[in-house]
Amino acid sequence: MNPPLLQFNDKGIYCQQADVYLDPWRPVKNAIITHGHSDHARWGHQNYITHYSNIPIIKHRLGEINVSGKNWNETFTINGVKFSFHPAGHIIGSAQIRVEYKGEIWVFTGDYKTEDDGISVPYEVVKCHSFITECTFGLPAFKWSPQADVMTEINNWWAENRAEGKTSVLFGYSLGKAQRLLKNLDTSIGPIYTHGAIENMTNIVRPQIDLPPTIRVTTETKKEDLLGSIVIAPPSAHGSTWIRKMTPFVTGTASGWMAFRGARRRRAVDRGFVLSDHCDWTGLLESIKATGAEKVICTHGYSDIFSRYLRELGYDARTAHTQYEGETNDTDES
Amino acid sequence: MKNFAELIKTLDTSNKTSVKVDALTNYFLKASDEDKVWTIAILSHRRPPRPVNTTLLRLWANELANIPLWLFEESYHIVGDLAETIALVIPTTKEHSDKSLTEFLQEIIALKKKTDFEKKEYLQTNWLNLNYYERFVFTKLITGSFRIGLSQKLMTRALSKAENIDEDTLAYKLMGDWNPNTITFQELILDERNSDYLSKPYPFYLAYPIEGELESLGNPEDWSAEHKWDGIRSQTIIRDNEIYVWSRGEELVTDKYPEFQSFVGNIPDGTVIDGEILPFINNQIGTFNDLQTRIGRKNVSASVLKNTPVIIKAYDLLEWQGNDIRNLPYEERRTLLEGLFTTLIGKEIPLQLSERFNFSIWEDVTEERLKSREMRSEGLMLKRKDSPYLVGRKKGDWWKWKIEPLTIDAVLTYAMRGHGRRSNLFTDYTFALWQENENKERELVTFAKAYSGLTDAEFRMVDDFIKKNTLERFGPVRSVTPQLVFEIGFEGIALSIRHKSGVATRFPRILRWRHDKKIEDANSIEDLKNMIS
Repeated sequence: MNPPLLQFNDKGIYCQQADVYLDPWRPVKNAIITHGHSDHARWGHQNYITHYSNIPIIKHRLGEINVSGKNWNETFTINGVKFSFHPAGHIIGSAQIRVEYKGEIWVFTGDYKTEDDGISVPYEVVKCHSFITECTFGLPAFKWSPQADVMTEINNWWAENRAEGKTSVLFGYSLGKAQRLLKNLDTSIGPIYTHGAIENMTNIVRPQIDLPPTIRVTTETKKEDLLGSIVIAPPSAHGSTWIRKMTPFVTGTASGWMAFRGARRRRAVDRGFVLSDHCDWTGLLESIKATGAEKVICTHGYSDIFSRYLRELGYDARTAHTQYEGETNDTDES
Repeated sequence: MKNFAELIKTLDTSNKTSVKVDALTNYFLKASDEDKVWTIAILSHRRPPRPVNTTLLRLWANELANIPLWLFEESYHIVGDLAETIALVIPTTKEHSDKSLTEFLQEIIALKKKTDFEKKEYLQTNWLNLNYYERFVFTKLITGSFRIGLSQKLMTRALSKAENIDEDTLAYKLMGDWNPNTITFQELILDERNSDYLSKPYPFYLAYPIEGELESLGNPEDWSAEHKWDGIRSQTIIRDNEIYVWSRGEELVTDKYPEFQSFVGNIPDGTVIDGEILPFINNQIGTFNDLQTRIGRKNVSASVLKNTPVIIKAYDLLEWQGNDIRNLPYEERRTLLEGLFTTLIGKEIPLQLSERFNFSIWEDVTEERLKSREMRSEGLMLKRKDSPYLVGRKKGDWWKWKIEPLTIDAVLTYAMRGHGRRSNLFTDYTFALWQENENKERELVTFAKAYSGLTDAEFRMVDDFIKKNTLERFGPVRSVTPQLVFEIGFEGIALSIRHKSGVATRFPRILRWRHDKKIEDANSIEDLKNMIS
């Protein structure tokens, strides 16, 4: 019997027929990469293949690498196996990887979300037999409100803070969440400042998307200029000395975990906005159904619980252990 | 309900005391009198009795969420709060409700007597008519108290700002046994009333742990010292031929301690004593563990009364001959208290004086503290002789100086997810010590649970370890590879038949993570038993 088209080993998701890995977590010869987050695009592979728009991001993170770019839906064949990238809607450039061999189709989602966020190419359903899905928020307790509603909340919060003479410091990952926030902030309220890590990453993706002007916070930035502005910063800046410059300030975090009161209190931010770049419960179930897949493999997230539920729904579902982290509950970047 | 839900959201969200107090003050300024009374009641943990048990609550919520029950339970373990889980899994509709907080609470009170069918109908309709946060607050009103990091003190401060009434006066008005369903705001807060004066306790004065050296307190002559007893802090009121016993949790516990009825007639009317309820077995002070058999029982059986008799050790006198004497200097109050005891000589009532000890230099105090375990106390209390009896926890006049905890090195063996800000993190741990079994092999035996004492960063590291080293899952509990050693501290220790280890510890908590120790270096049950004095 032939081995499965894609299998999980200690280096990543392996396609033996093509001798390539999808988002490997240990150095390999050939790596096909879904998107630029550091738990998916790792250091040390000999050859990287990814969607064009990810190249500047990955190079920014990993330096000079040997990488080739592909278009959406462009099929490339390795030893008879057909590969192609399809939008995953997670962040800029994020892709699902479709793998086909002798009529059998697998899809690996990487990270994805079903809502159109205005900056990522929207998620596209790809029909397949086997679906390898993330399930970071694979619990019925996670249900997202529409982005427009959350952004109204965020903009109102900013406007209120500004009216009280306070600076709004909003935390979000430097790749993905930060640009999504920037794109949807109401620039008529006031100026937008950024932490250096966010400014750097934003400048990398500016050629690809239209984003409002931002000002980098530097040692020269005057305290009084910051007053009433919004400052976008990575979660790791929370509690740092850097943030003191913003005084008086109010903090907020935009993350799916903010759905839990406990998570918000643990992070000790003043406001939590429930905004995630991953699917919620309904998003996961609907996209799995839409793929038509019979076999589902759940990677990172509440995978044991989620795959048990899928089995009850009649899917041939199981969990695979990977080193992907999804949206982490704490302050490290992903 | 909208305004109340908004208030709770602000209180729950903010980390700043000033923001919380302002939000509550503004709420009080706008709310109706009825809603104010209910808000005070809820924030001081006077919620109506639970009208539905949580099993049914889960079942009905689950029905709306349309998921299997096991999935609801798994979600609950991760979310860490039942009301929050219910609010999260039920879908939000376009409906809304304009009912006030008071209307909801009256309905919840009335619900208790309804049939299960009616209860289900009521809950499901309201769940679907409320938005996410209102649904959470509504469910909280049914399931339990709000833990939102707002002390009674801060609530009193906000009310004081809104109503322009002095904080201490308000604290006094809010004490005692009032029913939010029958009392009006006028009666509770605004009226000068005497109706329930009889049972009304004074707010307790609480001490802070001593900081720095004893010498920093100044001249030893200005201070008085006594042992700090380890029981239930209480206030005993004798007025109009009746006795009322209050615990520090503001609970009226008179019925739990029928032996104190004998105070009536022996202690004059118009007397209020601050003291400690202690088990007193064979003329000796027992352990807190002994007292456990009396706590939580309303109807005390004859055998419990016989096996675990209790006494009160009197610390202070707050009311004498019907006068509030809290403003008298401590020394004068004590003199009156000690005078009262001379009239009680020869009377067989379970009331004893908490004796003060003499000292002329601070070294004497240090020495006396070393006798605490032997005396069955948990350390010392130092009180400034000229201090009035203040309200709440105040620094300066009273200090507690507890003895160092007993400690033992134990192995982490089981873990559970925490609640509140620790939900979704494994922070509730079970610890084990070595014991030889009948085959002369050493095995780990569980001896205590603890869930405090580590920093957030350490909890995250232990959480990570647990997730990677889980051996088995039993519902929410996971057994983990024995590998981590912690120093556990506790206040007291006693033999117990209820515990697998045969030993019960009081206030076990984690003192530190012993990265330097291997599990072989952990202590044994025998070491623990040797600590029993």
